[in-house]
Amino acid sequence: MWGGGTLGGVPSALPAGEPVPADGALPERARESVPDTPLGLYVHVPFCASRCGYCDFNTYTFSELGTGVAPDGPPQSPTLPSGAGPGDYVQAAIVEMGLARAALGGVNDPLVSVYFGGGTPTLLPPGDLARLLDAARDLFGLTVHAEITTEANPESVDERSLTTLREAGFTRVSLGMQSARPHVLSVLDRQHEPASVGRAVSSARAAGFDNVSLDLIYGAPGESPADWQASLDAALALRPDHISAYALVVEPGTRLARRVARGEVAAPDDDDLADKYLLADATLEAAGLGWYEVSNWGRPCRHNLGYWLGANWWGIGPGAHSHVGGVRWWNVKHPAAYARELARGRSPGHGREVLDPQTRRVERVLLETRLAAGLPLDALPPAWRAGASAVVADGLADPAALAAGRVVLTRRGRLLADAVVRRLIGD
Amino acid sequence: MDLRGVHAGMGRWVPDGPAPDDEETPVPATDPRSIRNFCIIAHIDHGKSTLADRMLDLTGLVEARNMRAQYLDRMDIERERGITIKAQNVRLPWRVAGAEYVLHLIDTPGHVDFSYEVSRSLAACEGAVLLVDAAQGIEAQTLANLYLALENDLTILPVLNKIDLPAALPDKCAEELSNIIGGDPAEVLRISAKTGEGVRELLDEVVRLVPHPAGDPDAPPRALIFDSVYDVYRGVITYVRVFDGRLSTRDRCLMMSTGASHETLEVGVMSPEPVPTASLGVGEVGYVIPGVKDVRQARVGDTVTSAARRAAKALGGYRHPKPMVYSGLYPIDGSEYPLLREALDKLQLNDAALAYEPETSAALGFGFRCGFLGLLHLEIVRERLEREFGLSLISTAPNVVYRVDLEGGREHVVTNPSDWPTGKITEIFEPVVDAMLLLPSEYVGTVMELCQARRGQLERMDYLSTDRVEIKYVLPLAEIVFDFFDALKSRTRGYASLDYEPAGEQPADLVKVDILLQGEPVDAFSAIVHKDKAHSYGVAMTQRLRELIPRQQFEVPIQAAIGSRVIARENIRAIRKDVLAKCYGGDITRKRKLLERQKEGKKRMKTIGRVEVPQEAFIAALSTKQGPGSS
Repeated sequence: MWGGGTLGGVPSALPAGEPVPADGALPERARESVPDTPLGLYVHVPFCASRCGYCDFNTYTFSELGTGVAPDGPPQSPTLPSGAGPGDYVQAAIVEMGLARAALGGVNDPLVSVYFGGGTPTLLPPGDLARLLDAARDLFGLTVHAEITTEANPESVDERSLTTLREAGFTRVSLGMQSARPHVLSVLDRQHEPASVGRAVSSARAAGFDNVSLDLIYGAPGESPADWQASLDAALALRPDHISAYALVVEPGTRLARRVARGEVAAPDDDDLADKYLLADATLEAAGLGWYEVSNWGRPCRHNLGYWLGANWWGIGPGAHSHVGGVRWWNVKHPAAYARELARGRSPGHGREVLDPQTRRVERVLLETRLAAGLPLDALPPAWRAGASAVVADGLADPAALAAGRVVLTRRGRLLADAVVRRLIGD
Repeated sequence: MDLRGVHAGMGRWVPDGPAPDDEETPVPATDPRSIRNFCIIAHIDHGKSTLADRMLDLTGLVEARNMRAQYLDRMDIERERGITIKAQNVRLPWRVAGAEYVLHLIDTPGHVDFSYEVSRSLAACEGAVLLVDAAQGIEAQTLANLYLALENDLTILPVLNKIDLPAALPDKCAEELSNIIGGDPAEVLRISAKTGEGVRELLDEVVRLVPHPAGDPDAPPRALIFDSVYDVYRGVITYVRVFDGRLSTRDRCLMMSTGASHETLEVGVMSPEPVPTASLGVGEVGYVIPGVKDVRQARVGDTVTSAARRAAKALGGYRHPKPMVYSGLYPIDGSEYPLLREALDKLQLNDAALAYEPETSAALGFGFRCGFLGLLHLEIVRERLEREFGLSLISTAPNVVYRVDLEGGREHVVTNPSDWPTGKITEIFEPVVDAMLLLPSEYVGTVMELCQARRGQLERMDYLSTDRVEIKYVLPLAEIVFDFFDALKSRTRGYASLDYEPAGEQPADLVKVDILLQGEPVDAFSAIVHKDKAHSYGVAMTQRLRELIPRQQFEVPIQAAIGSRVIARENIRAIRKDVLAKCYGGDITRKRKLLERQKEGKKRMKTIGRVEVPQEAFIAALSTKQGPGSS
């Protein structure tokens, strides 16, 4: 599914890095950050009923994994390669949580958020998701107001399954709506029909969720500005608490990239994307959903804020990324390899990088600049501060905010956020 | 001149012993009447190298072939481009009717850029074998060299090669040859260099028909330098043909164009290895090592005499090499500038025609403005710099040399469009060439159209046979330095051939077109073009740059202008979106690495005014074949 809200994000290509110790142990310096830094858990569920043409996330259909069958529920076919099926996955994920607990030390450090992304987490039976959440609660504990999200495809949930999740402790649902227009959904290979989103939202409300998010994609081939406006209006009509809106990116290696290369469909046009971004921002603001991050509006997702504010999080699952105290690492990608490593008592970590202070500063600039709260000027070394004045002079950041000691992007600045970051880090 | 590079590692010139002492081993003077000096004029692929090999075989110098095979292996550039390899100047013993003869085979370079060098090689000979592929007929280049040979009063032996090929049309080709040089088609020799058929007879004919050298053995020595190469062990080695007197290691030698004298370290003959001798007499061909380390001190065409017994008058025909085409060469990585300088210094040791001086471009940084004999020379130098010295270079669009008369009688010579004078211009002169085109008659119309479009003036047209035509045009050199040859080949499916030689200058209505980014001129793109083509050049260049330069945060106008008058304009619209849509946990490392790469890339950006232009955009805009001359 659309990994949209996926905090883990789990892109398919892994970076190069140094090896992760077999026991997943963290450097002393990273461990020191644990008591004072909020901790979140990301759980990557790497299964989808079918792969969408634009998606380059680390996800697998059951036929790719060897069953050849992708029924509504998760199959448990004996032909699955050992360790690659959903049952093995749940088992292995719980083992990795134990490993995480050990690596983080025994301190009392309850989770402020848990986020199930994918993939399509709701392809797992609700009972499996509940088991995973229970395991996390048992190992780490949850803060009183912990935010527990799952991503879901509109057609993969109903009131019953959502009620089970709500009762298990989930507090938030993020639905992959993408578009209200059938021809746009079709070009994106989305399986659901537009009406299913409304049904899923109603079901979520009925099940007791007071925090529902919708993901939208703009800029798909053939989508007119009117189509996009219609999608925004349709989403708002469902009164969501939160909306993520993402420009379509043609990722290398995807079916969409091949179709663009063959000239079957047009590549997204930057000017069109810019127009649609402005349309989204105006429409959502007018409906009372204010932006808090470049692609996010409404009631902030606390788990995702963790990514942008440098919190600690442990990513569970194949290909999941983690960050603790300036150490970033990522797991092996394939579900079978993931399960095998854990079965042998080893960390599934594939590689990691230990960031030096300068790199951490650069990351802080690139992440916090994306937020409506902005980047505090004192996060910039003196040598970089001239860049802050320059971006204000170019109309990309707000002068009043700068006077108050922060770099906050203007609307135009948000569309040129990467250029702003390059300027700030003294390119 | 020599294109082959320094002779490092080839082992031929490792000193292997002192020259023989005159008193101990008196060298019998070769009687000029037994000497025959000749060359082979042929088009690429018409079999010159094979014929030379066969001659070495027949005269018993077989091991020479091995040496040459090794030698060829080093000459990537020439081989890829099909330039004639100099097969060495070889002394071949030959016996006819019981009498001993000495044949000197002198090789000639085979490209239009080096016609002066060809003319000096021809001047060292009394005869020439005109070798033509019996399946293809004569080519323009061969014809041009043939005319040069005729001007030098050489005896021509027409020979058809490859008669063993099924596609050979020897009767038709013989007819064509006799139409060009006269004589009976039946007298044209027919050989196969590959099988050896007819080669023995050819050597006999050389002895019979080529006149022996005649000179005054008692006069002060005079020898013509027809080739000059640099060797890392021995310094410059000159290949000479003695016309009068005797060159000896006992005398200091003197270069008559410079008046400088040098110690004569060694003289000798090529047999085919260098064999030192005490001296070289009238008519002999051999080498002289004058103990200098730069070919500019012993140039092709110069006359060598004795410092002690100096000749009164040099042999005629010396010409200082004059660059015809200029281009700026810049290292892509600015830090390689010192390496480029060093590399050019080294190349110049071996290339007397290469001229260069430092130049600075706002767009490209530090580099050199280099002068070349022609486009091929430019390409060879550029490729040697890249291959042998590991440099990555940008070259600006080549331009010719203009002479500009200014009001008040001042004259300005322009080798770089950036130096175009700003004052009131009274007249402009551009170099022209006499171009000779050989083509099947069915392409006459399309070729004339092409020449017309390039401002050519038709001089004459001759049918060499019923279906082959020779056309002569006077063409501005500027019109053929870009893509003329490619255009000619594509319009004639590769059947036309071209040769040209400088033919002075003509007044022309030329203007300088500047390209401006946000009002700032980009020096690397300034061009001198004919008034009628200025607009199309301006449109093409502005459009190309609009495609190549990435959008900036502000709108960037690209203009083409003559002086202050804008003749074409394009806009690069401001970029409106430069942001990653998603930046979650797994995206952060990727995103940061992208940022690092972009920061690295920025170092390769040149800033024109406020506009950041990637080096690649300049390279792409400059590397296109299309130049100011084309339309």
